[in-house]
Amino acid sequence: MARTRDESSPLFAGNAAGTLRLIIYLALAMVLMVLDQRNGWLWRLRYGASAVVEPVYRLAGLPAVGVRTMSVAFADRQRLTEQNQRLREDLLLANAKLNRMAAVAEQNQRLKELLDTQHSLELNVQLARVIGVDLGAYRYQLTLNVGGRDGVKPGQPVIDAHGVMGQVKEVLPTTAVVMLITDPAHAIPVVIERSGLRTVAYGSRDGDQLALPNIPLAADVRAGDKLLTSGLGGRFPPGFPVGEIVSVAPAATGMFQVAQARPAADLDRSEDVLLLHDQAEPDGPPAPVKPMGPPSDLAPVTGVAPAASSGTRPAATPATSGVPR
Amino acid sequence: MNKQRLSLWWFIGTLVFALVSMLVPLPAVLEPFKPYWPALVLLYWSLESEDRVTLGLAFMVGLGADLLNGVVLGEQALRLCALVFIALRFRSRLRFFPMWQQALAVLALLLNDRILLLIVRVLAGGTLPPASWWISPFVGAALWPFLFLLLDDLRARLRIQ
Repeated sequence: MARTRDESSPLFAGNAAGTLRLIIYLALAMVLMVLDQRNGWLWRLRYGASAVVEPVYRLAGLPAVGVRTMSVAFADRQRLTEQNQRLREDLLLANAKLNRMAAVAEQNQRLKELLDTQHSLELNVQLARVIGVDLGAYRYQLTLNVGGRDGVKPGQPVIDAHGVMGQVKEVLPTTAVVMLITDPAHAIPVVIERSGLRTVAYGSRDGDQLALPNIPLAADVRAGDKLLTSGLGGRFPPGFPVGEIVSVAPAATGMFQVAQARPAADLDRSEDVLLLHDQAEPDGPPAPVKPMGPPSDLAPVTGVAPAASSGTRPAATPATSGVPR
Repeated sequence: MNKQRLSLWWFIGTLVFALVSMLVPLPAVLEPFKPYWPALVLLYWSLESEDRVTLGLAFMVGLGADLLNGVVLGEQALRLCALVFIALRFRSRLRFFPMWQQALAVLALLLNDRILLLIVRVLAGGTLPPASWWISPFVGAALWPFLFLLLDDLRARLRIQ
């Protein structure tokens, strides 16, 4: 701003030039915002500037790391012992469950081979650590300490020990930003475990709950029902816990029921998370089945390949759900 | 010469510190209470050292903050420009206000800033924030006297202007 120090009345220092400058800068900022909103420049710029941005993230994450280290260093022995005991019990329980599951999983595998499907129960995961950085978007995001150099790609699902946390939104060389399932701009296709009803869970404005705004009035939904990923939309693999319904009420319009759900994952306490590497099947209808039958040169002229349409199944619903709206 | 360089580094250092503090997370309970540090530090410098703080500087600091935050490029640049413009316009009067009046003025500036942010976010298709989102300007205004005295004291101790 052009300062006019020798002006007779310094109490009114601003002048027309200052206002003009302000207008120019504001206009510039608005142009930038519109261009960024349209083209997503910021992330390309951030990728370029990652040499500066990422050390700053690590620096800003230091206090959180320090607090964590201090809480371990100064925790009293008894609490650590208790925690250790609890973890041991959990491990024992989990191992026992796993042993029982192993037989079932094998049986499942065999049955699936018989049915000739390609779903597998194995998980291909990558461990990642949360960096404590506040990106200012009302806490709907997490920053992870792995990035493009570790093979992370946008759209990868992120889970913790209890359930689905979200999906990778943007990737920098050594960090990645995760969009949580509680983000109002996020939707995840779910199935209610008890009744098998398929619906979509959106993030909510309060930031710690999920909203299911369009459940049919006749549907059987109760508080306490568990939500699993349905696998529709091709973004999240099926069968992961998403949350638990806490309340159901008729919508204001009277056309649907509205449910609120609590996320299963520890969205604000998790320090270590898992990135799923095997993406679900690609979107769209399955590839057309090859017509079986005699080779075309041997077939009678009037004959139609008999099995041309027998193997196709109805296409999955359009894949708009599951990706950021 | 050395003194000048020191004071320049001190100026840059406080701004960088403000940007990093913006990124440092607080426990979830305290989260809504986090003040908007870059605005507070820029306000201090625009009151105390008018030659250094210009609209261009505010714009650049805002762009840097946007780059770090990754929300929308230009959002904080716009907010900080508006803030610094008002502060510079009323600088001569703000400087001689008693501290409580100054804190009230800072509150008004920060509230104005939040309203600008709200307009930008709603126009960009965002949702309305929860009510606790409005606490932050009050915390910023309450912290203002302490921040002002602390920075002034440090500046006096380092004997820089």
